[in-house]
Amino acid sequence: MDMDLITNILYAMIRTGTPLLIIALGEMVCEKSGVLNLGQEGMILMGAVAGFIVTLLTGSLFFGFLMAMAAGVIMSQLFAMITLGLNANQVATGLALTIFGTGLSAFIGADFVGQPIQGLDVIVIPLLSDIPVIGKMLFAQDAIVYLSFGLFTALYWFFRSSRTGLIVKAVGENPHAANAIGLPVMRTRYLAVAFGGAMAGLAGGYLSLAYTPMWAENMSAGRGWIALALVVFASWRTERVLLGAYLFGLASILHLVAQGLGFSVSPNLLAMLPYVATVLVLVMMSRNQSRSKMFAPMSLGKPFHVGS
Amino acid sequence: MKKPVLRKLLTGLVASLGLVATLSVQAAEPFKVGFVYVGPIGDHGWSYQHDQGRLAVEKYFGDKVKTTYVENVPEGADAERVIRTLAKTGHNLIFTTSFGFMNPTLKVAKQFPKVTFEHATGYKLAKNVGTYISTTYEGRYVAGFVAAKVTKTNKIGYIASFPIPEVIRDINSAQMALNKYNPEAELKIIWVNSWFDPGKEADAANAMMDQGVDVILQHTDSPAAMQAADRRGIFAVGQASDMSSFGEKAHILSVVDNWTPFYIKRVQQVMDGTWKSEDHWGGMAEDEIVIPAFTNIPDEVATEAQSIVDGIKAGTIHPFAGPIKNQAGELKVAEGEILSHDELAGMNWYIEGVQGNIPK
Repeated sequence: MDMDLITNILYAMIRTGTPLLIIALGEMVCEKSGVLNLGQEGMILMGAVAGFIVTLLTGSLFFGFLMAMAAGVIMSQLFAMITLGLNANQVATGLALTIFGTGLSAFIGADFVGQPIQGLDVIVIPLLSDIPVIGKMLFAQDAIVYLSFGLFTALYWFFRSSRTGLIVKAVGENPHAANAIGLPVMRTRYLAVAFGGAMAGLAGGYLSLAYTPMWAENMSAGRGWIALALVVFASWRTERVLLGAYLFGLASILHLVAQGLGFSVSPNLLAMLPYVATVLVLVMMSRNQSRSKMFAPMSLGKPFHVGS
Repeated sequence: MKKPVLRKLLTGLVASLGLVATLSVQAAEPFKVGFVYVGPIGDHGWSYQHDQGRLAVEKYFGDKVKTTYVENVPEGADAERVIRTLAKTGHNLIFTTSFGFMNPTLKVAKQFPKVTFEHATGYKLAKNVGTYISTTYEGRYVAGFVAAKVTKTNKIGYIASFPIPEVIRDINSAQMALNKYNPEAELKIIWVNSWFDPGKEADAANAMMDQGVDVILQHTDSPAAMQAADRRGIFAVGQASDMSSFGEKAHILSVVDNWTPFYIKRVQQVMDGTWKSEDHWGGMAEDEIVIPAFTNIPDEVATEAQSIVDGIKAGTIHPFAGPIKNQAGELKVAEGEILSHDELAGMNWYIEGVQGNIPK
């Protein structure tokens, strides 16, 4: 393997990992507050179709991404109304949201299939992008990738050192205690769910506006589910979510590259590699049962009544 | 104000009821045709093209035919339920458009002997079940020719879906063209284990381009690879539907499935009672495989490509004309002969020149 190839693999790793990273970070915040939203696929697809249509009609990628996030937020608030407002089962509602979003996005997007747009361009940062091997991967990406770096840093700080981060965690661990000391449990959960929705929508926009600039039904192809699993295997820790997302990206690129290089390994085996590698690494890291348990929000998925 | 409107509505309603009543006495029920799709009709590929055929049937027959479609049907037990529902609800002819619908189709066909079934890409016939497939390998041969002519690096990428005869046949067909027109060129095959995953198809395209590929062929359904090629300034061949709009500079040709003539013919035959169970292979000669345009390539290459298309149509050129050797160098088809229909239908070996093994 020559240097160029490694540089390109690392570059592709970041690109492939980015949508997963964004979705997983959003879902992590949501789960930290004690809400399990399985409606990721639905929100991603709604974000993808909304972003694509707006960009196609207005010609503005900025508005496209904005609308993608808005669509994600609207979907997530629908979920929040049902699960938080009406105390419905979160798992069932989340699954329903996925089915609803998949169908609705297909319906809305039917007339936009097969229309091309000019996708988001990369921003090459001079000098830094010339650093061998890692330059291209870190400094020759598009705006959303840079945004995801910022998002990671912000969330890392948020849960480590901010008071609001503690409030979110408290609400997810023990909403009754949080309520007793006067923390706004419901408002926190609504906002956390909205953040999750915005990120899923953003990731959807990334798929339809930057990664493969087009709209096609069901184009998320299961990324929402992978991100959901990532959050669990990363035991709700920001830095492990990042690691897991990129690891998954790397493994899914490697199996394509390996085939191109003529390795005669069964592609079925190679296609498993991303899943196996990611699960293995993250399970090894959290093999200490008692320690990893500490990271799972105690009240994840449990409804909360004010005053109960 | 309120009353006249209401009265108008009522009289209208009564009149239309009367009309419907008389109509149903006079005209027979419309002929009902059902379609079962494996993907979404919005995939801009395989299922999309089948649905274009369905729409053409509706347009052609007007009121005489009513069509129904079910999309996103998983291959397996669910398919059987969907097909049975269509058969139960008075559909006279049902098209099941994916390989994995084969056994469910046959099972339901046994229970509904009066209903006619047509199954795409399969190989099992029954009294009331016919099969059909388009000979995409003809298009792939032309794509292979153009790729052989325009490549500079002599590395041609091939994004493959699943190792089934149809896909292997098409890889071989492209290689036949390379062997003849540019033996130096090599196919780089990447299996993505999916018919439709834009992200993965784009990743595969990028991985190929990183390894020096400068023309990409694909047997997957999204235009993502075309787009990726366009971004990096290399060439690509569209699959199933016309993908020229996704690659202004990259698109050299698209191999388009055109199901319209076949669907109209079959519907007509079943209506007339002249339908017979058979295994139908349609290609360029039947206008079921179409190459709408050659773009971004030199005129002389386009002219020669067109003459190959004409030759295939006229039957003077066959992509699998001997001599053909397998990877081990054994002669499979002698000079002057062509690969038999049965060999083509069940193809599970690579011809000489293809690198690597078929995944098991």
